[in-house]
Amino acid sequence: MTPLAVVLLAVGTYAFRVCGPVLHRRIELSSRVRGMLSVAATVLLCALVATSAVTVGHAFAGWARPAGVLVGGVLAARRAPFLVAVIAAVVTAAVLRRLGLS
Amino acid sequence: MFIIPTVRSFWRTVARGVWRGRPPGLALDRPLLRDIGLVCLADGVVGVSFGAIAVSGGQPAWVPLAMSPGVFAGGAQFAAISIVLGGGGLVAAVLGGLVLNARLLPFGFAVADVLDLRWPARLAGSHLLVDESVAFALAQRDPARRRAAFLTCGALLFVAWNLGTAAGVLAGRAVGSPSALGLDAASPMVLLALVLPALREPRTRRAALLGAAIALAAAPFLPGGLPVLLALLGLVALGRRAGGRA
Repeated sequence: MTPLAVVLLAVGTYAFRVCGPVLHRRIELSSRVRGMLSVAATVLLCALVATSAVTVGHAFAGWARPAGVLVGGVLAARRAPFLVAVIAAVVTAAVLRRLGLS
Repeated sequence: MFIIPTVRSFWRTVARGVWRGRPPGLALDRPLLRDIGLVCLADGVVGVSFGAIAVSGGQPAWVPLAMSPGVFAGGAQFAAISIVLGGGGLVAAVLGGLVLNARLLPFGFAVADVLDLRWPARLAGSHLLVDESVAFALAQRDPARRRAAFLTCGALLFVAWNLGTAAGVLAGRAVGSPSALGLDAASPMVLLALVLPALREPRTRRAALLGAAIALAAAPFLPGGLPVLLALLGLVALGRRAGGRA
């Protein structure tokens, strides 16, 4: 990476971040659009969960990671504490890899 | 010359009681702080591996040390570095990172209310917009807690991510892969746990499941970041009478 490349990536990323906080008062957003934006954020986060749990680049991430996320997800859906769910996901993935499952 | 006064006035604005005399951390209870702490710990370890991968791949130390505070987005940083280390070129690295970060634009609109602060604080706080701080904010109902969760998570993650990166740069090749510890499962799990309560609402759930299916179907073919953006097509599941009235 050159300094220019790092700066371009940093500035571009900041531009994505700052638009909403700066512009949202200037653009009249209907309550319909506001409701939609919050659902959109949830949709994006879920898609991020799905792709980062199952894929690495264009390929399958192997069984250990999605299995860990599945175990933690079931615990979280049954209202287990956040801490328990996250640690269960991490330990499951680590143990499965130890057992030879990639 | 520009950055230091901005940061200073960010904290001065904090001190002056934009939060009505309460620093943001105090609006949070201990369990929430503990959850944020856990996320910081996990991301800090991932930061260690970022620093280590960058320098052991042959990048000078300043590259990860400048990227972590400046870009502050793990996925894009890993992607850009791996494109460069794989010989993909700088243009591809920058564009690849930017496509991955494009989701921050809709995130910024979704949580814009937490940054309704004075200008210096708003501009500095925008830099704290990452998946985790957005997810923690969305999981809170009370507006004060929403803001406190966003700022506390964002600020502590910023510290953890940068300390981790610096440690990784120092340790270099000595660092093992975080996936041996199962830590690659932590980041999707954290976001899943935070987003689950919102999924109890049936229309949101339908849109999210459709979106996730679209993203997974597209992942083998499209460059990183685009499948996640494509998931927004899942919003059609909301139907025509979508919106805040529900």
